[in-house]
Amino acid sequence: MAKPEFAEQALSPWMKKEGPDRDVVLSSRIRIARNLRSYPFPMLATPSQSADVMEQLLSVAETGRLNGLGQPATYRLSELTELEKLVLVEKHLISPALAGESRNGALILGRNEDISIMINEEDHLRIQCLYPGFQIREAWEYASKVDDIFEESVDYAFDEKYGYLTSCPTNVGTGIRASVMMHLPALVITGQINRILSAVTQVGLAVRGLYGEGSEATGNLFQISNQITLGQSETEILDNLHSVARQMIGHEKAARDRLLAESRARIEDRVRRSYGILSYASIIDSKEAAQRLSDVRLGVNLGLLPEVELDVLNELIVSTQPGFLQQKFGEALNPEQRDMTRAQIIRSRLATKA
Amino acid sequence: MQCQECGKRPATLHFTKIVNGEKTELHICESCARERGELIPGTTSGFSIHNLLSGLLDFEPAGSGAKQPALRCDMCGMTYSQFSKMGRFGCSHCYKQFADRLDPLLKRVHGNTVHVGKVPRRAGGRVRTKREIDKLKKEMQSRIEREDFEAAAKIRDRIRDLEKEIGM
Repeated sequence: MAKPEFAEQALSPWMKKEGPDRDVVLSSRIRIARNLRSYPFPMLATPSQSADVMEQLLSVAETGRLNGLGQPATYRLSELTELEKLVLVEKHLISPALAGESRNGALILGRNEDISIMINEEDHLRIQCLYPGFQIREAWEYASKVDDIFEESVDYAFDEKYGYLTSCPTNVGTGIRASVMMHLPALVITGQINRILSAVTQVGLAVRGLYGEGSEATGNLFQISNQITLGQSETEILDNLHSVARQMIGHEKAARDRLLAESRARIEDRVRRSYGILSYASIIDSKEAAQRLSDVRLGVNLGLLPEVELDVLNELIVSTQPGFLQQKFGEALNPEQRDMTRAQIIRSRLATKA
Repeated sequence: MQCQECGKRPATLHFTKIVNGEKTELHICESCARERGELIPGTTSGFSIHNLLSGLLDFEPAGSGAKQPALRCDMCGMTYSQFSKMGRFGCSHCYKQFADRLDPLLKRVHGNTVHVGKVPRRAGGRVRTKREIDKLKKEMQSRIEREDFEAAAKIRDRIRDLEKEIGM
């Protein structure tokens, strides 16, 4: 089988578009969970039941009803290699759970990769929309439209009291998880981050690392998302997240201004050193790469490294992940080879103009 | 840097743990991490929301001293105790079957027990109509306060029609 389109490029097409507040917010994401009424949730479904669910949901795309949303492609997970699945996870297009343990799992993927629909993950249907920059409301409107299209063809499990029924009680109600991926280096450097993050968790929002639940925040990237899905409307949930994120953007920008005003030489030295290391290192582990890329991103945001483009940095976050490195080389790499390959990819990417 | 565990392979994972204010650092290679059961970002192992949730679910409502018969969903066969171990429902019918025990749990997770958000066009017809009725009732009240009785009467008729539609 030919290499699927998503495996060619580390940077999804939607990431190349401009977005508001892109100097702090990398992306905005909405995920909604839905289930079909007459089938057990994927965990308990028999193979024939989950195959039924998969075909019903895939047919919505395969009969062209989603074509208004950018001609999506469909993939059955059983047709993909382990490496292709890993690449999808690293691009945030599917969850590790769908890649690892789903039965009759499938994916509907928009051409721009701004919409990815997971079938038979924890719930029958998970619709995910990704937007560049701070556009959480726009992402919701898009996801909601896709939701409406599915609802025309399939019967959702919906309860008058509890709303949309989901496998896990933490998603019931709206079934919505809204999140923004923020780059907050100045708050980390100035030591304010813990205070701010603990305030964020007190207003019912969760903070996670780059790869969601359970992942550590590397490269100063933090994912802020809602926890509550029941008893608040989608608008309230989004407004809450929006206003908290808006304040965090303000704090981060203020901290950046202060860094520039009070310790320009130091910060300039820091970002240039990191740029130097990324440009010339022969071996680099993932943690150091993430930290150096964060420094360089800060340098670009502050206008200290005009020669580097943000798109290149966005691409490198993904293309330096293990799955991508391995795919580039076409064979299994041991950790040391991986660190060498990573360094090589960064060196050559920074040396060529986008 | 070499792995602290085996001393053979290079350390590729770096953990900082803070337990009761005490900070420990760990630099190990991937295979040693797997053996120790450490949580590797991007893999599905270790502690997750479901572990946390099952703690909440074990919660028995106050005053339930007497031993209750095993509660079981007659659609998918899942028992309440299985649900409380896994933190997941078996099917949408479980919500109805476990309804008596669900509200305290949902209250603890969400602070609420009733959905107020989006309603699907087809599956939610009745709820949509109910919400429409609530909206009309408020509007009727405000018309009455403004002594616009003619408009209020029209709204009242519309409410009656809607109520008949959903058999209220």
